[in-house]
Amino acid sequence: MAFLELDGVAKQFGAQTVVDDFSLSVGKGEFISFLGPSGCGKTTTLQMIAGFLDPTRGAIRLEGKDLTAIHPAKRGLGIVFQSYALFPHMTAAENVAFGLEMRNVARADRAERVRAALAMVGLAGYEDRHPRRMSGGQQQRVALARALVIKPSVLLLDEPLSNLDAKLREEMQIELRQIQRTIGTTTILVTHDQNEAMSLSDRIVVMSQGKIEQIGTPQETYERPASAFVSQFLGKTNDFAGMIDRTATPARLVAGSWSAPAPAGFNGAVTVSIRPERIGFGDAGLSAKIVTRIFQGNHWLFQCDSECGPAIVIRQNDGKAQPAEGDAVRLAWRPEDMSVRARAVA
Amino acid sequence: MSMAAGERSARAPWALTAPALMLFVGVLLIPLAMTVMLSFHDWGQYKGIEPVFILKNWHEIATDPYYAEMFWRTFRIAILTTLLTALLGAPEAYILNRMSGRWKSFFLLVILGPLLISVVARTLGWALLFGGNNGLVNKLLMSLGVMRSPIPFMFTETGMVVALAHVMMPFMVLSVWAALQRLDPQIENAAMSLGAGPATIIRRIIMPQILPGVLSGAIIVFSLSASAFATPAIIGGRRLKVAATLAYDEFLNTLNWPLGAAVATLLLVALVLIVVGSNALIERRYAEVFR
Repeated sequence: MAFLELDGVAKQFGAQTVVDDFSLSVGKGEFISFLGPSGCGKTTTLQMIAGFLDPTRGAIRLEGKDLTAIHPAKRGLGIVFQSYALFPHMTAAENVAFGLEMRNVARADRAERVRAALAMVGLAGYEDRHPRRMSGGQQQRVALARALVIKPSVLLLDEPLSNLDAKLREEMQIELRQIQRTIGTTTILVTHDQNEAMSLSDRIVVMSQGKIEQIGTPQETYERPASAFVSQFLGKTNDFAGMIDRTATPARLVAGSWSAPAPAGFNGAVTVSIRPERIGFGDAGLSAKIVTRIFQGNHWLFQCDSECGPAIVIRQNDGKAQPAEGDAVRLAWRPEDMSVRARAVA
Repeated sequence: MSMAAGERSARAPWALTAPALMLFVGVLLIPLAMTVMLSFHDWGQYKGIEPVFILKNWHEIATDPYYAEMFWRTFRIAILTTLLTALLGAPEAYILNRMSGRWKSFFLLVILGPLLISVVARTLGWALLFGGNNGLVNKLLMSLGVMRSPIPFMFTETGMVVALAHVMMPFMVLSVWAALQRLDPQIENAAMSLGAGPATIIRRIIMPQILPGVLSGAIIVFSLSASAFATPAIIGGRRLKVAATLAYDEFLNTLNWPLGAAVATLLLVALVLIVVGSNALIERRYAEVFR
């Protein structure tokens, strides 16, 4: 049975629908990311789970019980806010202890659990610091400890890493994943950073304009994007216009001078999506000219002008000679590396 | 060459601030110094002011219990006014801060309204409502038979505190409002998610964070109330004097300028000590919240 279940949840502010028909079931211990651009409704959904907003329609259930009927203070969820929302007049230890105090945990027990929680996030010895005397990363850890110390049934993270610099963010991602694996708390992360979603989550919920675009593992959403939005939002991608040619037997999928046996279930105009790292330079295929070549250490990035429009190609820096700017090349890929969608013809 | 340039750049700030400094020295420091000097001069009914250095005025203030009573009343009224504005103003600011856009600006205007009206007009309004047998409220209550005699308001300390609190309220509300603006908008949600009820959130999370705002508002209200002149003059008249109206009377009615100067100087020194002292105390105590 699903641990946390959202069933047809919708939220309207006046006439504006911010979240629509959101259904998801989360397993116990799972790490889920809500991924999407700002204004896609991911934070609104999180706030409905937290109880700061009431859904207009639909149900939210935790272990089969209706969560919307429970006051936010009684839901027992741990939340880390984007701004951390630490209590500035309390020390780190007092911040972490607050939730335990509200639960009437005995003083001695409380002190022990606070110490353990701060040690877990790597802040042993910082008990008596005030939040404003701590760095952004340290404040973030206090916020995490404060949310985890109450042993929440679900941990909700609202863009927790967006205020940190790139290097620190990467470190915290790894640490967050390790902590979550160790204690096994069901976690929902709201983020607009696709790398963060992919490196942390078991499953990603890609959202756009209040609707779910795709739910899947990071690999699924990256390699088999369900919509043009998903393929564009998750990393770089090439979209080529293609046609299914039914006059040939067997039928073939044609994009410029590239062609392959037609996949089943499609007819007429289609869009072919291929990730840049899956395209190779070959003797046959889409003819293109290299416009710019950028060296990025472990790989080369090529921007090409192909017969089907602009294309990006990424090649590993494996020491072999690479084509230069201005060279005419042929772009080829394996049919199993592409995803094909029906294309509306204007 | 470079030394001349260095000298010039060192002199520039002084030259640029000179007009303001001259104004400051001319209209504030010199008169203030003259007032302090005046308090050591002698005065007699027939001889007028004699520019000698004596401690007569200070001795009189220190020994005559009349002056002690006057100063004690001044500070009692100021403290009660401060308490009243804090008690009403802090919740007022909190409620105001939670209102939605249009209502917020409307009620902010209502709160700031008193600042737009002359303090004399505002105080006379209180006198019209509660002034003796002819006061509107008194007349109404007496004609309804609720009370036999008018509510004691004019020439009472209660009346002065109420009227002063009305005048000072905007300063307290604005000061608490400023503290509320610094609050993390998610802080109440954070406390709620940890299991705190509304009363606990206000007591444990909101109150400690706006307390510095309440205290700085209290300093403003206290110093303005202790040195207020118009309101005590209208409500208290010559029957119920405070330090400011006492100094005024010595200057303009008794014409004993040296004594009036001594009263004014003492009021100033006492206020400066209280304000600077409590400010230092607050800043040390709430260093973490102020940062």
